[in-house]
Amino acid sequence: MAKRDDPTRRARRLLLEALRAPEQLPALPPADWELLLRVARRARVLGRLESALDRANLLGKLPPRAAAHLRAARNVIEHRKTLISWEVNRLLWALKGIEVPLILLKGTGYLLAMLPPARGRIFADVDLLVPEERIGEIEERLVERGWFKTEIDPYDDRYYRVWMHEIPPLRHRERGTEIDIHHRLLPKTSHLKSDPAPLFAAARPLADPRLRVLAPADMVLHALVHLFLEGDPDEGLRLRDLVDVHDLLCHHGQEPGFWAGLAPRAHELGFQRPLFYGLRHAQRLFGTPIPADVLRGLADAAPAWPIGALMDRLIPLALLPGHPDHPSRLATLARWLIYVRAHWLRMPPGLLAKHLSHKAWLRFRGFRKRVDLAQLDLKQQ
Amino acid sequence: MIVGDLSRRELGERLAGEGLALQFGPFNLRIRSNLDSFATHAHQLYEPYPLPDATEIVDFHVQISAPSGLRRWVRRQACFGVDGQFPFAPYTVEHAFPALEWGINWCVGTRAHYLLMLHSAGVERDGRAILFPASPGDGKSTLCTALVHSGWRLLSDEFGLVRPEDGMLLPLPRLIPLKNESIEVIRKFRPQAVIGPSFLKTRKGTVAHVRPPVDSIRRAQEAARPRWFVFPRWVADAPLSFEPMPKSQAFLMVATNAFNYEVLDETAFRLVTEMIRSCDSYSLIYSDLDEAVGALDELSRASDG
Repeated sequence: MAKRDDPTRRARRLLLEALRAPEQLPALPPADWELLLRVARRARVLGRLESALDRANLLGKLPPRAAAHLRAARNVIEHRKTLISWEVNRLLWALKGIEVPLILLKGTGYLLAMLPPARGRIFADVDLLVPEERIGEIEERLVERGWFKTEIDPYDDRYYRVWMHEIPPLRHRERGTEIDIHHRLLPKTSHLKSDPAPLFAAARPLADPRLRVLAPADMVLHALVHLFLEGDPDEGLRLRDLVDVHDLLCHHGQEPGFWAGLAPRAHELGFQRPLFYGLRHAQRLFGTPIPADVLRGLADAAPAWPIGALMDRLIPLALLPGHPDHPSRLATLARWLIYVRAHWLRMPPGLLAKHLSHKAWLRFRGFRKRVDLAQLDLKQQ
Repeated sequence: MIVGDLSRRELGERLAGEGLALQFGPFNLRIRSNLDSFATHAHQLYEPYPLPDATEIVDFHVQISAPSGLRRWVRRQACFGVDGQFPFAPYTVEHAFPALEWGINWCVGTRAHYLLMLHSAGVERDGRAILFPASPGDGKSTLCTALVHSGWRLLSDEFGLVRPEDGMLLPLPRLIPLKNESIEVIRKFRPQAVIGPSFLKTRKGTVAHVRPPVDSIRRAQEAARPRWFVFPRWVADAPLSFEPMPKSQAFLMVATNAFNYEVLDETAFRLVTEMIRSCDSYSLIYSDLDEAVGALDELSRASDG
């Protein structure tokens, strides 16, 4: 058993050490590079390694094949940055005359606010947060100006509109970039209360006053809510999101008052549990510098003993990719449990049972998940 | 060491075990398969391909395998996998070989963004290369197969790989998948061409793979300088037409026939501009392969000295 776990452990160690100490990478033997490239691609952090090595001026010291893979990731990322910036530009054009603040979420926000997580990060689509009562107007205008509602079946459409925190994605006819419009950070059905009003009040304007990003504490909390509650049963928890949180904490942590305000804000928004898990695991995996009193202040947000011990074991299993040739059953189980937990928190039990049985019925009938080649291509970086 | 140095049994063991490491031009692959039929085809068609040094980094880890679990007993299928992920619907087991070949191209097309990837066949002679940018169905694979059996060296039938540092073309002399009528056309044109079995009713109709001449495979690390762009179009019964093409038109046709022109952004613009400036461009309409090959031979002779 211990022997079979070895490849998994080796893969995880390589990835974590690369993220923590990229300056050591030029000394890595080729066989380790080969495995690192594979797991870093799976975790979608190739671009981040590239950007760290570039800043340390070490790209020239890598084996040429490794450098080529990193260069490829960089090229795709630069291209996505151009696409996303242009899409935001077009959005502003399309929404001219509609006086509504657009809060840019996640990658789009990091990019436009020029925050550290944007470095070496892949950008899939544009995520916006707008007041719920304005969504109809915004959607209508975008459809008039060249975007269309992506085709989904009536069940999924209802799923989005009645239960979710976002509407079905819009896609531009020619450019193909997707826009996800959110009106809150968590589904309406979620156990965690998520009143979006305080987020709008605290949001910070960018150079163009119509564009905003979440306030620093809210940005960290959203990244964590996204990490722990938007699971994918195959992918597990997205390590990429925790890396973002690490970068945000290192960056915003310099701002006076950030640390003192973080836990109270989490309590106010009802996100103290995700914050507890996030800080704990960022510190464990990446050594994020977090003041001791902040962690102590969150002690009451920790789950009761058996759950806490279990989650301490499950979260790293679900976060870290294993060895691609030696899948670990334990990690598969952990990913599935975390996925079920996320859904449990997103919906009340009756609804959850109905939703999962609908999905199971579709699988049984042989409807495969549609393969979106464009999204799949992005995942290759 | 080449694949041919392994016995059929050794090859099967490698495929079913740690994987068979192979070098396809700039890329090192590791292929795994537990399908006996796949090993048989690989043994025949990959025979002259080199194995990379054991210390080299492998770029793509691919597999074509029977699905795990209950499904393997229900229907005999083959799944294409890369790095332990299975992105596509399973294939019938008879199509395992073309599925893997296609999957490898998919890996190149979605991952090798450090290079400019033109959607183009390419051949070389005397250090000068012709690129044939074209859409599927314009007959670039057929023409390219005819040329590489007429004294030209194969660069690729699908990817015009341009190295951004110096604008040189990197060969990727993979098997050439001929479709439908082209298979018979090539059998008649060069009876000695090595052509694998015909796979019927694949997603692209009947497919058979031509193994490039050994010389092309042996010289896979020799980059080539682009010299001509030829835009081919096969038209039934058409008389040969071989006309110079204005550079502005050629530029647009190259830029729009690329896998990642947008991804490489300014670099792509610079590379294509330089290539168009330094190359002569022609449009070629043909129905007869001998005539087309003759015209291109003539082109290369006329530019001598």
